[in-house]
Amino acid sequence: MPNTKSPSIEPSQIELDRRAFRHSRKQRSTLVALVSTIAFAVIAFLTLTNAPGWDRVQQSFFNYDTAVKALPHVLDGLLLNLRVLLFSAIGVLVFGLALALLRTLRSPIFTPIRLFVRGYVDLFRGLPLIIVLYLVGFGIPGLRLEFLGRIPAEVLGTVALILTYSAYVAEVFRAGIEAVHPSQRLAARSLGLTYTQTMRLVVLPQALRKVAPPLMNDFVSLQKDVGLISVLGAVDAVRGAQIEVAHFANFTPYVVAGLLFVLLAIPTVRLADYVTNRLAKREQAGALL
Amino acid sequence: MILGPMILNVIGLEKSFDDKAVLRGIDLEVYRGQIVALIGSSGSGKSTLLRAINLLEEISDGQIFLNDEDISDPRVDQDQIRRQIGLVFQAYNLFAHLSIEENITLALRHVKGLKSAEAKAKALALLDRIGLADKADSYPDKLSGGQQQRTAIMRAVALEPTLLLLDEVTSALDPELVGEVLELIRDLKAGGTSILMATHELSFARDVADWVVFLDGGVIIEEGPAKEFFSNPQQPRTIEFLQRLRRRAGDQ
Repeated sequence: MPNTKSPSIEPSQIELDRRAFRHSRKQRSTLVALVSTIAFAVIAFLTLTNAPGWDRVQQSFFNYDTAVKALPHVLDGLLLNLRVLLFSAIGVLVFGLALALLRTLRSPIFTPIRLFVRGYVDLFRGLPLIIVLYLVGFGIPGLRLEFLGRIPAEVLGTVALILTYSAYVAEVFRAGIEAVHPSQRLAARSLGLTYTQTMRLVVLPQALRKVAPPLMNDFVSLQKDVGLISVLGAVDAVRGAQIEVAHFANFTPYVVAGLLFVLLAIPTVRLADYVTNRLAKREQAGALL
Repeated sequence: MILGPMILNVIGLEKSFDDKAVLRGIDLEVYRGQIVALIGSSGSGKSTLLRAINLLEEISDGQIFLNDEDISDPRVDQDQIRRQIGLVFQAYNLFAHLSIEENITLALRHVKGLKSAEAKAKALALLDRIGLADKADSYPDKLSGGQQQRTAIMRAVALEPTLLLLDEVTSALDPELVGEVLELIRDLKAGGTSILMATHELSFARDVADWVVFLDGGVIIEEGPAKEFFSNPQQPRTIEFLQRLRRRAGDQ
């Protein structure tokens, strides 16, 4: 019985040949990948640098001195982006989950709530974020509600981001809740757990696992959209860069801000890949109901 | 045979899905410590009957009494009733995100209100009884079907239900794993648990059940004490069903 035999210390000649063949195949594909990457990079570089306007573009977009001078101001702005990101991420998770849960309520008493949630999700998934930013950012102060005082632009921006993103995230959560097999609910109810207990102890823990990858994706998207609060006048990284652009009459600060956003996104993107892979492995390990 | 107190009394139970009648007037009694076996082909209404008794399906007519309480009255606290009735499913339905020990402790803690140490001790004792104490921290997907089903039965038994409902608990298992699950049910009966089970295991029903009910097309065609039922069936449809099942068992 080949299955129960422990691996022999000396592999057979056939196996050795197979390994040698696989090894040489792998080396060849690595080599092909390397050569084609270098060739592509060289062609791209030559095309760019030989373009008629390259010198002027280099001067106004990739100017090292300007980059160094603009960096502190842009970094200051980025701290504001991070704060907005933190608060909006928390707000989106809480509000999005609440919306998703409200939408799963079955009783006819909750029909108006379900309809409201549906309308909300339709509205904010359809509205461009920039319009929501304008409406919230200039509309709420325009109401002149004295007791609110003067609301800082970054707070209004955070509210707008939460409004828009929670509509997306609510749909992600809802999909996750619906993806948990009904037999799990049935089992929970048969044990005497209430609807709320079933949701909290059985459905949500499984749903959250399922939706972790798409949620991370929305987080990456939110991470760059926090830069849009600059349209309300909040001095964030984008606005900071804009000020520097005006100051130096050079576009390099925009590139600096852009690079900083990319650097910010990379760890999240990697983490998202890691989480997705881990979940995929777990799912493959056995039938996850 | 002296019968104990009546645990379950189903009277004229009817259930329709849209216009399709699945149960058409079922009368059924289970006495304390009894095993009642429900047999019948797929689609005969066995599962629906069990779910209706556990209030997982709203019934169309009739009444269900558990210890003389009308549990089909919509004014009863359904969660409270389900706590008294255990249900085990054909596909085990263990919670995929919890270890098998946590599968058992979940309801002990959140339904029975046990402290987590007490719940854990109880779960381990139950797992020990089915020889799975060393697997307490494993997740359901790492266990064989028989191990999962025995865990699922213990999860229901942990709550010390008045009545245990078993819905074809061996139907999804490989033939060599059926025995270990049936052995556990035999144990439970010896311990005095009252059981209503839908099953295709005729020889098990003959040996262990006290009463056998044959369901076809949503009505009870024939019922009786297990030995009599199998040795001397009266209705043509019962005879035909038993022959069909035995022929199939013979083929294997």
